[in-house]
Amino acid sequence: MSAPFYKYALFGDEMSLILAVVIGIGFGFFLERAGFGSAKKLVAQFYFTDMAVFKVMFSAIVTALLGMFYLSWAGLLDLSMVFVAPTYWLPQLVGGLVLGFGFIIGGYCPGTSLVAVSTGRLDALAFCGGVLGGIFAYGEVYPSIAGFVTSTSMGRVTLDGWLGVRLSLVVFAVVLVAVLGFWGATTVERKLARRDEADAGALT
Amino acid sequence: MTTAREPAPYMNPYLAGLGLGLVLLTAFVVMGRGLGASGAFSTIVAVGVDAVTPAHAAGNEFYRGYLENGFGSPFKSFLMFEVIGVLIGGFISGSLAGRVKKTVEKGPRISTKGRMAFAVAGGALMGFGAKLAGGCTSGQGLSGGAVLGLGSWTFMIMVFVGGYAGAYFMRRQWR
Repeated sequence: MSAPFYKYALFGDEMSLILAVVIGIGFGFFLERAGFGSAKKLVAQFYFTDMAVFKVMFSAIVTALLGMFYLSWAGLLDLSMVFVAPTYWLPQLVGGLVLGFGFIIGGYCPGTSLVAVSTGRLDALAFCGGVLGGIFAYGEVYPSIAGFVTSTSMGRVTLDGWLGVRLSLVVFAVVLVAVLGFWGATTVERKLARRDEADAGALT
Repeated sequence: MTTAREPAPYMNPYLAGLGLGLVLLTAFVVMGRGLGASGAFSTIVAVGVDAVTPAHAAGNEFYRGYLENGFGSPFKSFLMFEVIGVLIGGFISGSLAGRVKKTVEKGPRISTKGRMAFAVAGGALMGFGAKLAGGCTSGQGLSGGAVLGLGSWTFMIMVFVGGYAGAYFMRRQWR
């Protein structure tokens, strides 16, 4: 058995599109289950009252990371054939910051806005219109910013390669950071819940 | 039990994350790539520009990348089909939980009009930022994070920095 199956031509392009729909259904299903069809639930992350964004995102990353790590270790998955987005660190740093502002102002990200649209959120529909407008603006200015966008190119770099350490060490570190993060996030949530209760008590 | 109008509570975040992670793992094992969303929006923009002014689209490297990136048609791409699935999956989960409702998500201190204006503005920043970074929270964050991409982790940290930095100024919209 050789994975990734598509890269080893175990099925063709038409089949890949059918699988894309199936994978998308799973993606949308769990995003909605987590509550990510709600802007209020999503932005609560940035007010420390509900850290579900961090918890869901990092448990998903850890799950997929560990799955790939063990499949590769067992010789079933060829990691060199798995797509890693090339690093252009400066535009990615700036882009991430702009996107973070967009997140707290707009209340969604592109994937979660689709889930919100599918469950009737009209603000998410407006958000999607904004995303299309933002991409159009990007496309129009692209010729003049192409130099910046393609700058600081480092190619296919992963954390283990960049740090010059074994993959297993980075996997362990990511899991450790995630678990500590989960503990910290829950602690903060509890603290704020107690403070809010105290505030409510003081008012009455 | 199902007769109540009250929507069902959300899934435990770690359990939802596990489910999401298994979907992500499936994408990597089956397709050799992760999930995404902003790329599908880009295809729609590129096709739109191409429909209005084909010469303008053809002369722009960014649009051309999406117009030529499909199996014969720009719409026949992994991300376009995946996004159709996202809409279906979100609707299925929302329906099962009684959460499908025509509404506007906002805090009590902002008008609906104000919220809609912020949604458009935030969406525009999101679209621009995602293209600058080569992906959004799905493609760069979730997928790039799981394959330990250096640029993806840089991106992800900055998304949280941007969100927390803007939270104070946006409190009237949400709290």
